[in-house]
Amino acid sequence: MRLELRGVTKRYGPLVANDHVDLTVEPGEIHCLLGENGAGKSTLMNVLFGMARADEGEIRIDGSPVRFADPGEAVAHGIGMVHQHFMLVPVFTVAENVVLGFEPTRALGFLDRRRARADIRRLSEQFGLEVDPDAVVEDLPVGVQQRVEILKALQRDAKLLILDEPTAVLTPQESEALFAIVRSLAQAGRSVLFITHKLKEVLAVADRITVMRLGRVVGTTTASESGESELATMMVGRAVELVVRKGPARPGAAVLEISGLTVVDERGLVAVDGVDLEVRAGEILAVAGVQGNGQTELAQAITGLRPAVAGSIRLDGEELAGATPEAAIAAGVANVPEDRQVDGLVLDMAVEDNLVLDIFDRAPFARHGARDLAAVRSNAERKLVDFDIRAPSALTPVGSLSGGNQQKVVVARELSRPVKLLVASQPTRGLDVGSIEYVHRRIVEERDRGVAVLIISSELDEVLALGDRVAVMYRGKITGVVDPAAGRDRIGLMMAGAAADPVAPAAPPEAGPVAPPEAGT
Amino acid sequence: MTPDVTPGAAAGAAGATAEGGPEPAVPARRNPLRGLVEANVVVVTALAIVSSLLIGGVLIIATSPSVLHALGHIGSSPGRALGVAGSTVGDAYAAMFTGAIVSPSGLGHAITTGHGWTAVLTPISETLVSATPLILAGLGVALGFSTGVFNIGAQGQLIAGALASLYVGFEVHLPIGIHLPLVVLAGAVGGAVAGFVPGYLKARTGAHEVITTIMMNYVFLDLLNELLATQPFQQPGQSNAISRSMPATARLPHLFGAGLRANLGFVIALALVVAAAWFMRRSTSGFAFRVIGSNPKAGRTAGIDVRKVTTAVLVMSGALAGLAGMATLSGTDFFLSSGYGGNIGFDAITVALLGRNRPVGVLLGALLFAALDVGGRNMQAATGIPLDLAFVIQAIIVFFVATPALVREVYRLRETGASLGQVLSKGWGG
Repeated sequence: MRLELRGVTKRYGPLVANDHVDLTVEPGEIHCLLGENGAGKSTLMNVLFGMARADEGEIRIDGSPVRFADPGEAVAHGIGMVHQHFMLVPVFTVAENVVLGFEPTRALGFLDRRRARADIRRLSEQFGLEVDPDAVVEDLPVGVQQRVEILKALQRDAKLLILDEPTAVLTPQESEALFAIVRSLAQAGRSVLFITHKLKEVLAVADRITVMRLGRVVGTTTASESGESELATMMVGRAVELVVRKGPARPGAAVLEISGLTVVDERGLVAVDGVDLEVRAGEILAVAGVQGNGQTELAQAITGLRPAVAGSIRLDGEELAGATPEAAIAAGVANVPEDRQVDGLVLDMAVEDNLVLDIFDRAPFARHGARDLAAVRSNAERKLVDFDIRAPSALTPVGSLSGGNQQKVVVARELSRPVKLLVASQPTRGLDVGSIEYVHRRIVEERDRGVAVLIISSELDEVLALGDRVAVMYRGKITGVVDPAAGRDRIGLMMAGAAADPVAPAAPPEAGPVAPPEAGT
Repeated sequence: MTPDVTPGAAAGAAGATAEGGPEPAVPARRNPLRGLVEANVVVVTALAIVSSLLIGGVLIIATSPSVLHALGHIGSSPGRALGVAGSTVGDAYAAMFTGAIVSPSGLGHAITTGHGWTAVLTPISETLVSATPLILAGLGVALGFSTGVFNIGAQGQLIAGALASLYVGFEVHLPIGIHLPLVVLAGAVGGAVAGFVPGYLKARTGAHEVITTIMMNYVFLDLLNELLATQPFQQPGQSNAISRSMPATARLPHLFGAGLRANLGFVIALALVVAAAWFMRRSTSGFAFRVIGSNPKAGRTAGIDVRKVTTAVLVMSGALAGLAGMATLSGTDFFLSSGYGGNIGFDAITVALLGRNRPVGVLLGALLFAALDVGGRNMQAATGIPLDLAFVIQAIIVFFVATPALVREVYRLRETGASLGQVLSKGWGG
């Protein structure tokens, strides 16, 4: 299928989310749509998939113009979409999920399970998508769940498959397996539109690359014509540093000592399972791992947000296990939480208030129980400059700032008190390149000032770039602490549960057709 | 899917900065985005009141036999039918106005002759008396709402406050300068204790305050009935469930002479409106309350003790409701009987809703409610239209205020960036 977008424009009030976007996807082509968060990629996909209506421009399929009123019509025209957050019913089997909404039935409306299974087997073999049709979806690893989503689209006879940030939840090995699937789809004549903001993936998988910035197409190129830095420059609009500039760490005494720490999650299941960790002054320990392996709970335990079931957390010898968040803050723990909008900020409150959320009741921001609003204001005006926070004013509700500026507000606040330990979870998730650079630089500065830094990130690039040492977490346990020079492949395997010690690098069982591993950083 | 743009927020922000709305009730609002939303709250509330008066008019026409009779002959004499309809509605609302605010003819007479001022001022005095407990309890409920705590127990807390005030009233014998402040304080303490129980239960065990406060209402209702029938609360020599009465030293002094019931309670309520506005905007505790009301997770992460805030807010909310109980007891009734407090604790929830949880809004909402109530009685007396109609109008006003989308739709108002609906459970003074 040949897909053409001509002059697609989508406005939200005065904001132009897509400004005369042209994009062509040839049959059998893997086309990457690259852009930062906010560049207009998702809006474009919503238009293409019938979830939003374009104000101008047209969509052509194999030369004839089409209009989709809803996703159903897009599917009927052979467009399939794999959303970043899967749309699967967890308690259904793979077969049931795949046929949901398009169920093959026998007489009297009974579900024809046998045909559903046969369909899945056929598609699986055809495209190298290994899945057990009878497995219950919630028992499957994320990478396999994603295959179910792809199967779902293929079962509806998708000629063009849209993958929205498909690698966000995958280990490097799972990503490789996905790339292999994508290639086999293309070989079978299907087109793939691959949306991402990760440069390495683009170069690994794309036939052609379209870069978007601020709602416009900046240019279309190919992987062979351009390297990472060219793409980054196109994406951001200026030259960017792709590596974090940092000198060697000069670690001092251990600041954070965790031993035998066990933490349970909301459901009472063990999320952190007897973890031992040490972070020294002046070093960055980065915890790598696929999301949902206990990193969140580990960070919450250290910052007092979640009780420890067993074990100890010592900060300069002082026990923090069982401490309240207030006590952790008072002891010198700064916390950049994983989800800034949920845990970090009060979105409908002003920037100036969010900047003192932790110290609003202390001098100079309060006296005798009354807030000193002038002090709050001047603090905010200083912080806006110091931390390069782009906000119309200190009174702007923080929720109306961009993600990058919201994160800077959190960072500014957390680094505004005396800090011994900085815990930063997913510190650059969803940020633009400029903000990522800035946040990384600030973190390194804190390290060089002698702060112990614990970074938790599911972005392996970030872990490798920032970490002086890398601890890998898998199913609540630390599978090993290694030097970042150990490389992506080894750390990737550890993220899938392999031990730190050199082992035969057997491909994980679900890796599918083996693709050449990406070169290390 | 990652939203590449947040159209609503972006569009709203840009649209809002284009024009700052006029400043409504709460002063010192400097944020243009807020200003527009606030202006719209005022517009929506005003339209809600107008709409409900219109619907009330239709109801008067539909339920009045004389109008219906005249309308039966609308074919033969349409002018007369419409005239009857118009004058019936006009008379009803005029009676409501003169009953709640002032009678224009009486006012003219008083000004020209210098006599009859008491009669002229009686309606407004009655409205203030009626508004006083609504303001106090409404402030308490609004304080809870803006902290994300749903105190449905104002009724019970009000009874607890009244019982405490009554006890200090008849049991303690002191000069008025000392006795009255003690009575007032006792009302606050009684309500605070009643609020502390669900607050403590929520903080310790997570028991939801909606359930516990509702249940506490029954506890205090039955406690009142029990105490009214036993010593030392029961009036000696009475077999009815009526309490002893408040001595003169425990009564709130009248503001405008003995002929008018308006008393110091209203001044206390006004002072607390100002205090509450200051508290939420300028105090550190009020800030913590607002943070917890808006995003408890972020508050907790930043080191605010959510349990402490939850308990504190219920204690304060209870104290305000307790003062409402004290105000009616010491201001006008001077004794307690079964069913004391009527429906004030629940009307307070409506008033808080109407005032969008802002202290000045609560004041205005309470005054409106009281005026409809007092005026409705006069309407019933003067025109025979049942008082229930006033309650229906109250209900319709709340209905419209609670559904801003409906008002926006009916009057084709432009949508603003921030959702009005969200304001209901959040932000007190922003």
